[in-house]
Amino acid sequence: MIGEKSMIKMAYREGMRQAIREAILKDERVFLMGADVGRYGGCFAVSKGLFDEFGPEKIRDCPLSESGYTGIGIGACLGGMRPIVEIMTVNFSLLALDQILNTAASFLHMSGGIFNVPIVIRMATGAGRQLGAQHAHSLEGWYAHIPGIRILAPGTVEDMRGMLWPAIEDPDPVLIFEQQVMYNMEEMVPSNPGPVDIEHAKVRRPGSDVTLITYGSCLPKSMKAAATLAQEGIDAEVIDLRTLRPLDNEAIFNSVAKTHRVLIVEEGWRSGSLSAEISARITEQHFYELDRPVERLCSAEVPMPYSRHMEEAALPQPETIVELVRKMVQ
Amino acid sequence: MPSLGADMDAGTLAEWMKKPGDVIHRGEIIAAVETAKGVIEVEVFEDGILDQIFFQPGQEVPVGQVLATICAPGEYQVTKAPLEAPATVAELPTVEIAKPNGPDAAPAAQPAAAPVATGPVRISPLARRMATDLGVDLNLIHGTGPGGAIQRADIEAAAKAQKAAPAPAPEPVPTPVPVVEPTKAEIPPKVEAAPPTAPAPEAKKAPDYQTAMRQAIAAAMSRANRDIPHYYLETRIDMSNAMRWLAEENTKRTIKDRLLPVVVLLKAVAKALTEVPELNGFWIDGAHQISESIHIGFAIALRQGGLITPAIHDVDTKTFDELREAMNDLILRTRGNKLRSSELTDSTITVTSLGERGVEKVFGVIYPPQVALVGLGKIIDQPWAENGMLGVRPVLVATLAGDHRATDGHKGGIFLEAFNRNLQEVEKL
Repeated sequence: MIGEKSMIKMAYREGMRQAIREAILKDERVFLMGADVGRYGGCFAVSKGLFDEFGPEKIRDCPLSESGYTGIGIGACLGGMRPIVEIMTVNFSLLALDQILNTAASFLHMSGGIFNVPIVIRMATGAGRQLGAQHAHSLEGWYAHIPGIRILAPGTVEDMRGMLWPAIEDPDPVLIFEQQVMYNMEEMVPSNPGPVDIEHAKVRRPGSDVTLITYGSCLPKSMKAAATLAQEGIDAEVIDLRTLRPLDNEAIFNSVAKTHRVLIVEEGWRSGSLSAEISARITEQHFYELDRPVERLCSAEVPMPYSRHMEEAALPQPETIVELVRKMVQ
Repeated sequence: MPSLGADMDAGTLAEWMKKPGDVIHRGEIIAAVETAKGVIEVEVFEDGILDQIFFQPGQEVPVGQVLATICAPGEYQVTKAPLEAPATVAELPTVEIAKPNGPDAAPAAQPAAAPVATGPVRISPLARRMATDLGVDLNLIHGTGPGGAIQRADIEAAAKAQKAAPAPAPEPVPTPVPVVEPTKAEIPPKVEAAPPTAPAPEAKKAPDYQTAMRQAIAAAMSRANRDIPHYYLETRIDMSNAMRWLAEENTKRTIKDRLLPVVVLLKAVAKALTEVPELNGFWIDGAHQISESIHIGFAIALRQGGLITPAIHDVDTKTFDELREAMNDLILRTRGNKLRSSELTDSTITVTSLGERGVEKVFGVIYPPQVALVGLGKIIDQPWAENGMLGVRPVLVATLAGDHRATDGHKGGIFLEAFNRNLQEVEKL
């Protein structure tokens, strides 16, 4: 597809910027709110220029109070609006966890099915930019624990561009986890982008020897590892989960039945992680398809280091993926 | 299972020299292990009593696995003897390997009674399902997966072999069916029991040391070239003084005790390393580790091909005579495949000397995780200019391959200079 006339090059950051712009133009109930999203243009410059274009009604600067403005966003939903709430990083979102879990995710149940909360909450996640131990963790696995919300993790520019609109249309809370380290990543996308499916995982690279299950920033790393492995005659299938809750069991199980070997690559901590959940589902339901134990490659269980070489060492890398897969298929 | 080289993943247990209950002392040899580099003796580092052994001769054991346990004299209980039970199973095919305790084990041949260390058959769920579907007998299969696990590929190979042969006759049962996983050593008699047309199910060929050693060398050298940024230095050394001293020294000695130039050269290397210790050690996990002891790995070519670089321990503190004896002993044992584990792993630097092949200089590839290699060529009479005069001198070209992560050319230069100086003053070594 790359190289076709209808493709253009776009950065991951620009994908979300255009998606927000499109949503505001398309639906008058949509607005963006969050700390520094307006005059400053967003701490990762995602909303840069939108304040000038749409003004303070649509692009609302909020005080540095994650719990407060997330609650306001939920209230706006109950009032019929479709807010997009931006939280700077997943680490800061913990201040809003009460609103997300006790209010947004529970309100449909607590109101006896009367009130949906169609909120969209976007936040940056992950390491790789030397932001240290309070700005760089991957906690989306925690959020994927919560029933009643949908968790999206765009690992491509196309998904970043196309996931917002279906998220806004979803009648229940949707959290979008954007990879800090990928904001500058450029990829070819269709020049007339449309919404993408937010129900299913995607096979990013078909293969027959081993399945790499991953998402987000570990997707490009896994693709790189798969290319290296291909040169050695190891044919790896790469599955991009895309939606972390609800998980696309079928896509995972189909691949397990094909390759019989699984490596899950994620940036979260290993203990009690999303990869643990996926591994458990595979052994619960497809044990007799496995030709060897499921393997996991996660971040080191430490606060994310600041210094570059230590941060790199703490994260899964293409080299470590390659090394582990070699052992698995030897 | 000790690691007997940076690239060793597993070894095959060849022989137990001790049996459970034997009193053992630090430094004793308790077992022999086959590796890509030949048969290596395993030393113990504790005094005590050999308690339980977990593997039988013929079994491949991953590096790091516990081979046996040693207990303090008071802790040993004679009732643990039944652990020898699996030995009776393995005994049939292992006639060529001396079993020190054959008769003792007989009375306790009740495998179910003891916790058999070899455990249940290791097999992947998929392979087990396929074996049931395809009617493959798991007892006939040797697993090739991690820890000897049977995997899909093993079942597919066995099913193919089974198809090619007529259905096997019911297996005669001369001995109680063992509950343990078949080891490599057990396979041969079972094959005989099957119809003669049946191809041997995955019975591994006798280990081909040539190929295995080539692969071990290939792995180490590829890693060296991939990971180590080498720098190379070369210097010509006037050997007149050293050769004169040697000739004089050797007139006082019997033929048997004569010193070869290589002994002097090794000593000069060791002495130079005491001045530049940075070249003596390792680069491990991104860190430079300088070794206090100087154990020189000396490259020894094998007649059948390949090479081994066993360590000569503490070269800096040995006298010429001790060094000569150590080298003679080492070369004999290397060629006889009788090296000790510590000799294969302890080297802190390598010296390669291709002089006897007529090579004038050699630029080596460092053996990881070491950080330097000294190359010595043939000592050849060459024109030599000194003090404005031209003469003929015996000249040695010495080279240094250094790991640029650990040291710089400047350090290497100081080393070669010290090496040269030592050879000008051999009597002081």
